[in-house]
Amino acid sequence: MARRFRWFLPLVVIALVMAACGTSTPSGDAKTVTVIGTWTDAEQDAFLAMVKPWETDTGNTVKYQGTRSINDILAAGVPTGVLPDLAGLPGPGQMAEYADAGALQPLDDVLDVATYTDETSPALVNLGKVGDKTYGVFIKAALKGLIYYNTASHDYAASPPATWDDLISQGQANIGDAEALWCVGIESGDASGWPATDWIENILLRQSGPDVYNDWWAGKVKWTDPKIKAAFDLYKEVIDNSYGGGTNTVATKFELAGDPLFKSPPGCEFFEQANFMSGLGKFADLKAGTDFNAFPFPAINPDYAKAVEGAGDLFGMFHATDAAKSLMKYLVTAPAQDIWVKAGGALSANKNATSYPDDFSKNAGAAVANAEQFVFDASDLMPSAMNAAFWSHMVSLTSGSETVDEALKALQTVADDAYKPAA
Amino acid sequence: MTDKLITAAIVVVGVPGVLIGYIWATEQVLRILPERRRPDIRPWLWLAPALAFLALFLVYPMIGTILRSFQDNLGKTFVGLDNFFWFFGSADALSALKNNLLWLIFLTLFVVGFGLLVAVLVDKVKYESFAKSVIFVPLAISMVAAGVIWLYMYQYKPPGAVQTGTLNAAIGVAGLGPVPWLQVEDFSVNTFMLIIVMAWMWTGFAMVIISAALKGINPELMEAARMDGATEWQVFRGIVFPLLVPTLVVVSTTMIITALKAFDVVFTMTSGNLNTNVIANEMYAEMFKFGQYGRASAIAVVLLLAIIPIMFFNIGRFRAQEAVR
Repeated sequence: MARRFRWFLPLVVIALVMAACGTSTPSGDAKTVTVIGTWTDAEQDAFLAMVKPWETDTGNTVKYQGTRSINDILAAGVPTGVLPDLAGLPGPGQMAEYADAGALQPLDDVLDVATYTDETSPALVNLGKVGDKTYGVFIKAALKGLIYYNTASHDYAASPPATWDDLISQGQANIGDAEALWCVGIESGDASGWPATDWIENILLRQSGPDVYNDWWAGKVKWTDPKIKAAFDLYKEVIDNSYGGGTNTVATKFELAGDPLFKSPPGCEFFEQANFMSGLGKFADLKAGTDFNAFPFPAINPDYAKAVEGAGDLFGMFHATDAAKSLMKYLVTAPAQDIWVKAGGALSANKNATSYPDDFSKNAGAAVANAEQFVFDASDLMPSAMNAAFWSHMVSLTSGSETVDEALKALQTVADDAYKPAA
Repeated sequence: MTDKLITAAIVVVGVPGVLIGYIWATEQVLRILPERRRPDIRPWLWLAPALAFLALFLVYPMIGTILRSFQDNLGKTFVGLDNFFWFFGSADALSALKNNLLWLIFLTLFVVGFGLLVAVLVDKVKYESFAKSVIFVPLAISMVAAGVIWLYMYQYKPPGAVQTGTLNAAIGVAGLGPVPWLQVEDFSVNTFMLIIVMAWMWTGFAMVIISAALKGINPELMEAARMDGATEWQVFRGIVFPLLVPTLVVVSTTMIITALKAFDVVFTMTSGNLNTNVIANEMYAEMFKFGQYGRASAIAVVLLLAIIPIMFFNIGRFRAQEAVR
């Protein structure tokens, strides 16, 4: 008898698995908003704290999923239609793609546009637009190109270097027994190389100004242009004067790259990174403004001394349900943004969100909100194939396996293909 | 929750019900036919559901992929062989193809070589099953986890700093290094480091299969040779190895296919940077990162064309072996 029913067990297993698969898709509940974003761990907690008051007020719930591969999820979701209600968008380039594909919903009737434009830096408002419609809002901003230093080695707060030459001479004068002038680390898993692209962007912005910068990421300036080469050459100089050299730079995780500042004797004098670095590596355990501090990236060409590079987390809406609209409207308001910045590490694009935990973040937040010439992270604005090649060639260049000219030539070859209008 | 339970119940009762119903229905159909023809047709009717699933989940996507490989990135217009021209004209894709060739040759050599060595050696000791278990364990680890483990093994810190990577700490004791294992592009050192990770995982697989074949060799053959004064090496070369060849061929072809499909280890450890890319990674990037469905499909087709001859060879060997039995 038992023999006759042997086939039954595997069938039951298969049946149960199928049942589990079949019912795990989220149900279209009117009181639930599904959200995916890149924030995990502490950032996820901060986001959930931010939506808590909205949940209490409206009785709706937010179903949040944090993932690092948001790009892949949305790229697969847009053609198939399997999308969350709200999602973090990888960058303005992808936002435009999704809007053109009809997947993203315009926000002009969702937001309180007058208040939003009034409270937000115009550069960031414009980056959220496709044509004259708003499709994305910056829920979180970042300031790129801060030069961190250990105050115990030397405190630069009294006379922060205003020019690049000043930075090099002050750094060399105060280097003491530090092993090198710079610390750099560009390892970041799948996105390895991005900190090096930030370096190039910061240099290019100060050397050649916002117009060249914006033409460059839009594919209108060739990679082999002398202006771009000048930026790469200066970056290469930085690597030649870095702790452990190019090999170590390539092997070092960006989160830990600044740690040698605090070694004894110090590994380096300076470390360039965005404002969010203050929550990573050894910086997280130390006090901003006391144990370490940072000054803005100095001017190289005095004409462009006011230019600032930043980035941010764009947010867009894929399903215009009432709950999703209401959440979207809430997220950009000053009270919501206040909760976000209070948690630390985040800057707000909203001028009226000022509850920063320390002066370090407050200054960085003010720099973003009041920037005269604000440019967005160029690599994030490039077509994704260009961006990936930029990252990857920065790794090869930094490790020394490619020269500046080889890297630029290879990047131009990618650009010739990546900027081609879609057939 | 209750709808889930109801669905589960429907499925638990429904799926076997449908299957029993299907078999019953086929028997009813067969009754119409003359008795003589029934045995010819019955197996096909029983195979039909499986074949239908194969067609739906394997053949249909394959045809779709081949079609896509001739289309543009949005899958709207046909572009002829453009995607294939792109593949064979792109420096990155060709570098990935070259690396896959290294993977194919050296992964197979390492895995079959070490697998054979271990299988033959442990065959002669008392603690055989323990030794075999130890070597088999890595196969149970997910490839991503293995990649992460080996990242720590290969970790590099600049000279003078404390070496936290296992390998650099070990050679540091002898006053050597540190070596940036995954950052050396010359002679594809970094690719070999990745191949070693995969070989570490798959050696156990080769060992188990070769070991089983070894047990299948009639000990009287070896005894007879020894009686005639053959040395152990002569026994291995003249008797054991020739009898193992069919098994080694099967293991080798399996490893060749594994090498062509290599993805996880490269993705987790170097993301294809510094010239370590392989075609499966290239395919993933084109598809999910750049939205180039046409190009990704072209890569898939190239990969498929590379694997098909090996599959046929494998099936041929299998048939030949069956025929001997």
